[in-house]
Amino acid sequence: MTTTQETAPAPEREEIITGCDAVAQALRLLDVDVLAGYPIRPYDSVMTAVSKMIANGQMDAEFIVAESEHSQFEIGKHASLVGARAFIGSSGVGWMYGMEALVVTASLRLPVVALVGNRALDDPGAFGVEHNDAMMVRDTGWLLYWVESAQEALDTTLMAYRVAEDKRVMLPCALSMDGAFLTHSQHMVRVPGEDTVGAFVPPYDLGDRRFHPDNPVSIAPQFNEDWVMEARRQSDAGMRRARAVIAEATADFHRVFGRGPADPFVDTYRMEDAEYALIGMGTVGMVGKVAVDRMRAAGKKVGFVRVKWFRPFPQPELRALLRGVKGVGVVDRDYSFGSNSYGGVLYTEVAAALYPEARRPVLVPFIAGLGGREVSVDNLLQMEETVERATADGVADLTCQWIGVRGPDEDPRDEASTAEGGAR
Amino acid sequence: MAAQELVIPDLEINRRLTILPMQEYYTSGHRTCQGCESALVMRYMAKVAGPRTLVTGTTGCMYVANTSYNSTPWALPWAHTQLGSAGSSAIGTAAALKVLMRKGKIAEERINVIAFCSDGGGGDMGLATLSAALQDTRYNLLILLYDNESYANTDIQASGMTPWGAVTSFTPSGSEQRITQHRWKKNVPALLMAGHPTGRYFANASSGFGMDLMDKVRIALDVGGPTFVQTHDPCPKGWDFDPRMSHELAILAVESGITVLWDCLEGELRYQGLTKQQVEGKVRRKPVADYLRRQGRFAHFVDEDVDFFQSRIDEMWEDWILPGVLRVNQTPFGRLPVDSSSPGHAGHAGQDGASGNGNGSAAAAAPIAAVGGNRG
Repeated sequence: MTTTQETAPAPEREEIITGCDAVAQALRLLDVDVLAGYPIRPYDSVMTAVSKMIANGQMDAEFIVAESEHSQFEIGKHASLVGARAFIGSSGVGWMYGMEALVVTASLRLPVVALVGNRALDDPGAFGVEHNDAMMVRDTGWLLYWVESAQEALDTTLMAYRVAEDKRVMLPCALSMDGAFLTHSQHMVRVPGEDTVGAFVPPYDLGDRRFHPDNPVSIAPQFNEDWVMEARRQSDAGMRRARAVIAEATADFHRVFGRGPADPFVDTYRMEDAEYALIGMGTVGMVGKVAVDRMRAAGKKVGFVRVKWFRPFPQPELRALLRGVKGVGVVDRDYSFGSNSYGGVLYTEVAAALYPEARRPVLVPFIAGLGGREVSVDNLLQMEETVERATADGVADLTCQWIGVRGPDEDPRDEASTAEGGAR
Repeated sequence: MAAQELVIPDLEINRRLTILPMQEYYTSGHRTCQGCESALVMRYMAKVAGPRTLVTGTTGCMYVANTSYNSTPWALPWAHTQLGSAGSSAIGTAAALKVLMRKGKIAEERINVIAFCSDGGGGDMGLATLSAALQDTRYNLLILLYDNESYANTDIQASGMTPWGAVTSFTPSGSEQRITQHRWKKNVPALLMAGHPTGRYFANASSGFGMDLMDKVRIALDVGGPTFVQTHDPCPKGWDFDPRMSHELAILAVESGITVLWDCLEGELRYQGLTKQQVEGKVRRKPVADYLRRQGRFAHFVDEDVDFFQSRIDEMWEDWILPGVLRVNQTPFGRLPVDSSSPGHAGHAGQDGASGNGNGSAAAAAPIAAVGGNRG
């Protein structure tokens, strides 16, 4: 009887926890070996949670209080190189401070996992969410994911290690979570038992790159023009292979845990017969779904698409989903001053993704919710109306609309032309 | 096992090395300059550390000149770390070894962890990481700072450990300003020793005294915990001298009292070799001119500059409470520092240090003013 109980899988249980706590629970289940923390809000709650679990004997790991983010990320990188499963994280300017170490973690192909509690970059100082911090690694070989709920945060942390440590990928993975809206809001979360996680994520094995006296190799020597391009191409290949590995892992997640997302790359809501669509990332998805329900109730054929994996970017999914849709609004919680149509980063990526299509929808860029400002249902209704109007009027090149911002309504370029002597 | 016989025999901490194995772990395959003393330091370090060692190294000469892809001098596992990351690489490596051994994921054994850095990477950019590493007593790690007194790999720019007055790419001697390297050299080993009471071992060594250097590396690795060794390595390219003279210059630096051979084991300060004889008054220090005049980087020095340099070295030996190690003047009630406003540019020290026997605070303030030099 007793024996049976000991060998039976630990049961799944439900807890009401925050997004950060959900990640911490996943780290415990994953038996992460080395964690390095440095304080900055709002990501740091995850480090508070794991350090407490270690102190209470619920988790066996080395927790290092680093003296800067740069050190924090280098500690994670070097621990990973020895063969330890490593975890780091940061927010806003902290993530920027350690940027050099983040870049080499990716170029060394080390599967460190990071939590980015999205936060506006200074100056002026702000705690609230903006996606620009995590976006800064988008070109460097980091896998990049935006979560919407605490459950997804836990599940995706498991997924992140599984994908990052896969021999075909071997790239670090950053999990982005909207500061405050998700890092510190509580959700009902199903926490799996230890045994099931072990069945889903195999042990981390660095193979012949392991840094150990039994394997006397020189790691990361000087390359220069004779070999750097080949190294970049290998990172590229890892990122290309990641799509298949993510799909495989998602299917396996369903098998092991009996639940999981319908699509590995995007979360779609009422897109079946949609004529118009809004696209966003992170917690704006929750608001988007409510807005869609309201518009559907009013007879409009509108759907919502939440981009989950930003790297690799879900180009095939978006092309398929938006085929036949008349007008699309892209909601960026970030900025990219001076970019195409003055839109955000997601807009430019979506626009590029749709370019090969023979018939493209009208695409309208929006910027909303910067610095932690709320994106309301009304904001989204307003965006959808703008998209519909632009589509009806045949305006295919509407420049970026800032939503929920104070100040004059007109295109800021009008002011510039006035300042330059009123040429118009 | 043949390999086992080749490693350094276990010694009691305070016994000195007398024999060395033939085996080398830093071998051919590097392309350092002729007369590079830092390469010699790497060789000493690897030799005495032995095969069960992991080495990380920051960007710098000992990265770029050592490890061009498809060629490496390291017979030990070696990994690059970023310029300011010596301490963090050591912590990450040591922490991972510890937890993987505890969880039974790798075999339990003693594995040395050494992170080396340069004067720029360790003394400037990565100083905070050195501090963090030396605080974390959970881990066994050695930080070795090879000091060749400039950013030598990037074409010789001044670091915080470049000597006062030396010409570098960023501190030239010009027609208006003879001296533009205004900073007196940072005393990193004493800084780290004084500020990290739980660090078990700190040492200052010289590439010119190989057995002493190897002893210090061995002691650091044997005592465990976080430890620090710095070496003074003449650099023909950066200091502008004939590569034949590298070793002689390292020895001259000690003979003239500029480089001080000391270590501090569990809080006990000790001097070694020639330095010990100097401290005990058995050997007189040579004039610093003997050292300075052999190097192109000091070729612009006038006698006044040499005298100033000499006065600062004298002060270090005669006024400091720990001669050559720690700049706390012997007593706030005793002698006052000489007026040491530095020559070579307009202006003098803002405060007059020669104001007689004052109280403790006035005496303490004067030498601080003298360090700045360029406040006119």
